[in-house]
Amino acid sequence: MAETTTAPAKVAVSMTVNGKQYTAEVEPRMLLVHFLRETLGLTGTHVGCDTSSCGACVVHMNGESVKSCTVLAVQADGAEITTIEGLGQDGQLHPVQEGFWEMHGLQCGYCTPGMIMTGAALLKRNPNPTEEEIRHALEGNLCRCTGYQNIVRAIQYAADKMRG
Amino acid sequence: MVTAVEAPDRLFGKAIKRREDPRLITGAGSFLDDIKLPGMTHAVLVRSPYAHARIRRIDTSAAEKMPGVLGVFTGQDFMDVNPLPAAWQAAGVKNNAVTPRVLAVNEVHQVGDPVAVVVAEDRYLARDAADAVVVEYDPLPVVVDAKKATEPGAPQLHEEAPNNIVLEWTCGKDEATVDAALEQSEVRVSSHLINQRLIPTAIEPRGSIGKYDPATDEYTLWATSQAPHVHRLLLGAFVLGVPEQKIRVISPDIGGGFGSKIFLYYDMPLVLALSKKLGGRPVKFFEDRSENYLTTTHGRDHITDIEIGATRDGKITALKVKTYANLGAYFSTVAAGIPTTLYGRMLAGCYKIPAIHCKVIAAYTNTAMVDAYRGAGRPEAAYVIERVCDLVAQATGVDPAEVRRRNFIQPEDFPYDTGVGMLPYDSGDYEKALNRALELVGYEQLRQEQKARRERGDSKLLGIGLSSYVEVCGIAPSKWIGLPGEGWGAGLWESANVRVHLTGKVVVTTGSLPHGQGHETTFAQLVADELGIPYEDVEIQHSDTLGTPFGFGTYGSRSLAVGGVAIYRSLQKIKEKAKKLAAHLLEAAEEDIVFENGKFYVKGSPDSAKTFADIALAAHVAYDLPPGMEPYLDETTYYDPPNCTFPFGTHVCVVEVDRDTGEVKLLRYVAVDDVGNVVNPLIVDGQIHGGIAQGLAQALYEGAVYNDDGQLVTGTLESYAAPKAHMVPTYELDRTVTPSPTNPLGVKGAGEAGTIAATPAVANAVIDAVSHLGITHLDMPLTPERIWNAINQAARS
Ligand code: FES
Ligand code: FES
Repeated sequence: MAETTTAPAKVAVSMTVNGKQYTAEVEPRMLLVHFLRETLGLTGTHVGCDTSSCGACVVHMNGESVKSCTVLAVQADGAEITTIEGLGQDGQLHPVQEGFWEMHGLQCGYCTPGMIMTGAALLKRNPNPTEEEIRHALEGNLCRCTGYQNIVRAIQYAADKMRG
Repeated sequence: MVTAVEAPDRLFGKAIKRREDPRLITGAGSFLDDIKLPGMTHAVLVRSPYAHARIRRIDTSAAEKMPGVLGVFTGQDFMDVNPLPAAWQAAGVKNNAVTPRVLAVNEVHQVGDPVAVVVAEDRYLARDAADAVVVEYDPLPVVVDAKKATEPGAPQLHEEAPNNIVLEWTCGKDEATVDAALEQSEVRVSSHLINQRLIPTAIEPRGSIGKYDPATDEYTLWATSQAPHVHRLLLGAFVLGVPEQKIRVISPDIGGGFGSKIFLYYDMPLVLALSKKLGGRPVKFFEDRSENYLTTTHGRDHITDIEIGATRDGKITALKVKTYANLGAYFSTVAAGIPTTLYGRMLAGCYKIPAIHCKVIAAYTNTAMVDAYRGAGRPEAAYVIERVCDLVAQATGVDPAEVRRRNFIQPEDFPYDTGVGMLPYDSGDYEKALNRALELVGYEQLRQEQKARRERGDSKLLGIGLSSYVEVCGIAPSKWIGLPGEGWGAGLWESANVRVHLTGKVVVTTGSLPHGQGHETTFAQLVADELGIPYEDVEIQHSDTLGTPFGFGTYGSRSLAVGGVAIYRSLQKIKEKAKKLAAHLLEAAEEDIVFENGKFYVKGSPDSAKTFADIALAAHVAYDLPPGMEPYLDETTYYDPPNCTFPFGTHVCVVEVDRDTGEVKLLRYVAVDDVGNVVNPLIVDGQIHGGIAQGLAQALYEGAVYNDDGQLVTGTLESYAAPKAHMVPTYELDRTVTPSPTNPLGVKGAGEAGTIAATPAVANAVIDAVSHLGITHLDMPLTPERIWNAINQAARS
């Protein structure tokens, strides 16, 4: 039978998260979402599944939305990460955050950070999405509370606001 | 008489945005897995890969030597912890209740049954060590179907439950009477309905953190719990044998529950017992999604046979129902109440049916436990009775809307006793909601369009589905639902304390608590409206057994209809005392004091008024109180309603079924709900939206599937079809308002209505689309394959 084994060796990673530089020693197998949540204490990014299905863990990595449960911390070495905690600027809510509040786009709030990050990434790519495009862009995000209608409205609100 | 609230300037009835949102949209919420305590350890369970097996041997020696491991334990280490309680057993019949232990001993009865637990310094290390625990099993035969489980020769799960039967229960008229009524009916129809098993799928899985304090001998549990006070009671008095006052239970922010977080689960006593074994280090358990799907409770799973009698003009004369309810491997906390009180006693729906007989047989199988899931019994009942209406329509040629109209209980009939043992329905105007829904959707034109398409042989088949539902919320009074009546093992009142600080700020502590429903906003609106004070001056506190009065928690759409009324009553007591004090200070008789917009004044002289804050200050400093009056404004209420509330409405779904592919396109979804008075329309509409999504998902997409070996085939979010944004339509909502006479707020409850209504509306729409082909029923989920097969079979025969 197995003898006593030692803990896996750790490697150094450094990345910029919400504009701040972090360096830490992590196990190579550590998921980015656990690095953010446990190592950095940024618990706004959530975990809702173990099959990359729910999108509760979406963050921005070098400007693109990624599921942080599907990225290893070591893969994010040198990257720029934005999480829900860093989305608003200068104490102001991001328009997508504002839209979720205005349009009642959340109930329990568990899917919400991932939804907002996905919505913000969509509007960067496509500032004027149709309802169908919004629903399609949310394909990787599950919400069990809202039935999605007010999430769609929240993103439409933000799109209108951002286009001015 | 309670009146409909319409005043637009009142805070009661206003669609204000939620006060809980700022923290949740910035990532500042605090959910269970966000909690980090000093010295915290992590527990991972070793789970059975077999659905039914004897445990031959467990070898923990390798795991114990793994890095970071603090302990590995098996069921034998917890023989001093009692099995979980069976808190709601069906009344008047024998319940063969077998509940889980913290870890399985000797035998496992479902895939995922925990057989050992590893505690380590971090989650990854605990998982590594759990993989190193060696368990040998002798597999046993498996049964997953409730009806088959009761048949001779079926594998037996528990000695205490011969033929795997948990209970047999009946309601309504006796069988012979209903058989005779069926005999005499002009039209007879029968059908076999499967209400498939669903997985609640709160996006936050479940978890718990236990912390034992050796210095004080006190236990603290943080849990994803819809009912912290109940969990404390059950843990203390039944499971751990610890005095109740030595346990504190805290529910942090909760990421949805839909019923699945009402129940006491084995990890709750387990983390507390483990923390004690580890000398007080906190122990966290947080299930991953696969574990959630395997072992957190599921919902529905009924097999039902119905026999219907009707007149030629579509009046239902008799209904006989026999249902096999699958309760899974063990008896979950309130499992027996769901297919009995909450299902059988709601089978009449909105209709006057002179003869109903219902028999329920609940059985154990080698599957996950089944308990309340959004709607809990009422969706199953609504599905039966709304299918009945359409079957009658099809058999008689009477339009489905007309069948409903001809059978409706009328507004003047309330309070109405349906004869199946439910308390009398409180109020309703079913036809009004139906008419409004038909008008919104343009029913007549749709029927013409359907006819035209059929005549020209269009391959896009139009279907229109109706669901006129009634459900039961705010379930009470205690003496009816409790042991003397329906068997719930406690009361079902709710509590509220209202405290007014010196500065006039108000703190409410309540026994109900949110997991997404917006209690903080709705309750604060209620308080500010009633006291005429700024909304910002009101704080709502909840979710911690330390500092809140005992409450039964949040489920059954009861928060406002029971918890809200408890707050309202405390506010009346506060106002009464404040008025006495105002009279004293203004040197007037109490009868002459007017309270308006947060001010007390003597009739006729509003200029010399005392504000609510003035009175709060006077009550607090207590320099000048009327003789005999105690200082402070602080009132508590334990509200036990005299009856339940009965929300209702009509939903209409319009679909297009592609005859060549069996695909369903959702064209329209119109919902007209009557939930009584509404405090915050934004929140109520949100509840209806989410409810509809879950209900329609049952009709079209979702279904938990076990194979014959008891393996959950739909064990991940990849294989279980919880709907995504593009899979649901835009919901068109409207309301009628029939206040409940049961409570002074006139409110009914809105959390489950959408789910209850939507499943039959969508199923009826799809079946309606293909009904002209001779198809009378299709089981859910209505996948393209199932529909395509049915269409082709119909074409062949
Ligand atoms: S946690 Fe990343 S997709 Fe579910
Ligand atoms: S708001 Fe609860 S899961 Fe989306």
